[in-house]
Amino acid sequence: MKETDNKTGAPAAGFLRGVWENAGMALVFAAMFAAAAMFVPYFFTVTNMKGLALSVSMVGMGACTMLFCLACGHFDLSIESIVAFSGVLAVVVANALSGSMSSFSSVALGMGAGVLAGTLVGVMNGVIVAKFGINALITTLATMQIVRGMALITSGGKAVGISDENFYRLGLSDLLGVPTPVLITVACFVIFGFLLNRTTFGRNTLAIGGNEQASRLAGIAVDRTKIAIFAMQGMVAGFAGVVLASRLTSGQPNIAQGFALEVISACVLGGVSLTGGVGTMPGVIVGVLIMGMVQNVMNLLAIEAFWQYVARGAILLSAVLFDRWKQRRFHR
Amino acid sequence: MANDSPYLQFRNISKSFPGVKALDGVSFSVREGSVHGLVGENGAGKSTLLKILSGAYAPDSGDMVLGGRPMVFRSTAEAFRNGIAVIYQELQLVPELSVAENLFLGHMPVRGGLLDRRRLREAAAAQLQTIEEGIDPATKVSRLPIAQRQMVEIAKALTRGARVLAFDEPTSSLTAREVAKLFSVIAELKRQGRSILYVSHRLDEIFEICDSATVFRDGRRIETFEDMGGVTRDVLVNRMVGRDIRDIYNYAPRQLHEPVLEASGLAGPGLSEPASFSVAGGEVLGVFGLVGAGRTELLKLLYGAVRKTGGTVRLAGEDVVIRKPADAIGRGMVLCPEDRKDEGIIPIRSVLENLNLSGRLSRGFFIFGDWEGMNAARQIERFRIKTPSPAQLAVNLSGGNQQKVILGRWLSEKVKVLLLDEPTRGIDVGAKSEIYAIMQSLARDGVGIVMVSSDLPEALGVSDRILVMRSGRIVASVDRNDATEEKLLKLALPAGPQAVAS
Repeated sequence: MKETDNKTGAPAAGFLRGVWENAGMALVFAAMFAAAAMFVPYFFTVTNMKGLALSVSMVGMGACTMLFCLACGHFDLSIESIVAFSGVLAVVVANALSGSMSSFSSVALGMGAGVLAGTLVGVMNGVIVAKFGINALITTLATMQIVRGMALITSGGKAVGISDENFYRLGLSDLLGVPTPVLITVACFVIFGFLLNRTTFGRNTLAIGGNEQASRLAGIAVDRTKIAIFAMQGMVAGFAGVVLASRLTSGQPNIAQGFALEVISACVLGGVSLTGGVGTMPGVIVGVLIMGMVQNVMNLLAIEAFWQYVARGAILLSAVLFDRWKQRRFHR
Repeated sequence: MANDSPYLQFRNISKSFPGVKALDGVSFSVREGSVHGLVGENGAGKSTLLKILSGAYAPDSGDMVLGGRPMVFRSTAEAFRNGIAVIYQELQLVPELSVAENLFLGHMPVRGGLLDRRRLREAAAAQLQTIEEGIDPATKVSRLPIAQRQMVEIAKALTRGARVLAFDEPTSSLTAREVAKLFSVIAELKRQGRSILYVSHRLDEIFEICDSATVFRDGRRIETFEDMGGVTRDVLVNRMVGRDIRDIYNYAPRQLHEPVLEASGLAGPGLSEPASFSVAGGEVLGVFGLVGAGRTELLKLLYGAVRKTGGTVRLAGEDVVIRKPADAIGRGMVLCPEDRKDEGIIPIRSVLENLNLSGRLSRGFFIFGDWEGMNAARQIERFRIKTPSPAQLAVNLSGGNQQKVILGRWLSEKVKVLLLDEPTRGIDVGAKSEIYAIMQSLARDGVGIVMVSSDLPEALGVSDRILVMRSGRIVASVDRNDATEEKLLKLALPAGPQAVAS
């Protein structure tokens, strides 16, 4: 393996190594982007770039915390239901409170309720996985269905329109021409990237994924770390749900189906290992961008939606095969 | 029988793994109809050589000559087809299939596309007959005792017409009678003109059945004895170790201080009786016993890795409550676990991360500046950890260096009590002696050390005092000056006419 020969600059070396290991994917992205800019009409326009950024913002947010979840050796499928439930709940609460208090308070409380609900689901996932040792796939498969049900129950099965226009601000405003959801996603990349690289919490996450028993014996509070990771995941999914409701001007109980797998795909494309212990934020960002760009280009080329599924699956498969090939070259 | 012509030759075989040269230009040959012993310390290169023979690894350079034809195997299947069979410690049988099915796995007799059960049974019975009677071909392998499974494994090799059979520590879990049976089978294989490679740590066995032997050390062939007559045990040991074995322990008498660890009435899973003992500051307390005597469990109970059901622990004169490893670490008691790969290192993370795993916990939430880089550099230097860079993945280090990383992990902490579980298992002699030196210097600084070991010379060489455990309880505490191999073994062995000691 090529190593950065740097005796003391540890975090910097780690970052560089992260870039190196993902350089393959980053180059693929750069090549695809250049090709799209040259050959796909309308691709490299301000409007389309804005649309592209907006379309990856949801997956980007989810991928930040999914990175932690995968890095510690687990999964979270329930986020797609959390997105729907928190959106619905935020709208229902905000609508119910509007009139009885200031517009700002009712909207803030509604959004707070959505985020809090997501966090609580995350805590529940974390406690079941960490304390009772139930497989995360099964646990979150179950909570995914429970929470989807909650979304349908809360909304009566129909989209709930937002009555207070202040609620739209989160999703439909922009700053210097950049949509707010995109800014939020960028902020997530920065915050969670910092959390992963520059805090004991982040390093412990990777250690747990690398060898849980050794981590425990080294004094790491394994269970507490896992619960925190799932709680974070639930919180971010809840927040993403609120942003989405704001963009769509309604809370929709059936939205975001398949979102969890999209997020996981983006992470895997970005070199995150499904068995835990390996993952970097730069990698995840590249993964998210590739997924979004492929989708965007196919839309611009008016490729039928049915074929888009085929293409996305094929890209994911070739990415992991490429990754395996790269690793095999190093190890044998 | 052409007893003098070499059937199998290794020519200049080298194999490197990241950071380690596992084999370095090894050449020797094995005659037809003879048993050739391979001896050497753990990590000397014997296993790597067998893996190259069996096609599991490809050599970086060099090749083998088999019956006059030079070759290198690219897969185990290819080696098998060419008449090579390696019989490993963990046997390679499918436990839920019958003996007969295992024998013919991959080339079962068929008739009209269907399995020909009768022919399978008959062929299996005929093959087994030549080796050991009394194994029913229809039995599931999982029902057979280890010794008989080994016979099935040998029979399986013979159904493929194996000309070369390599045995890797075949007697490690056999009783004396089963060993005798195995040796008579090996003698028969030899009489049939097959070439046998035999790897064992038990030198008595090497003298008993080998016609010739090759000694390995640090990946190199040190010497090949074509004739075992006149070779003594001391000569072999000397070649294996490469130095006088007595001085590797670095033992020097030390000043003992107040007790740093006092355990009384410790009870929990793995102990059949409450355990009480104490360790003084500056003392190295050995814990000796057979596998399964409860030594590892004792350490894990102390450390909080397994919840104890009773008893109290005092550290440096203070009562402490230890419910989880973090509690023990906070009080200055740390553990280097027995199973380095599963419980010690984080294989896919860097040396730097492995070194800082515990130290960073007490330094707050944020990681600023370059404390981690400096700490890692300091430990790498202090323990002379051989790694190309701190960013190297821990999995790529040799066993000895991995162990030093785990030791180094604890050295940014203020350690009062160091618990070591088999600290030198699978480590080459050079690294062993370095680890002993580290232990002695820590003890001189007043650290109390508890070292579990099943290596008797090591326990005798390093410890000030030795606790002997048997069937889940402490049966004796023997002072260094009163301890002999015989005495400790006698104490450790279960009463009654039992199996051989390991």
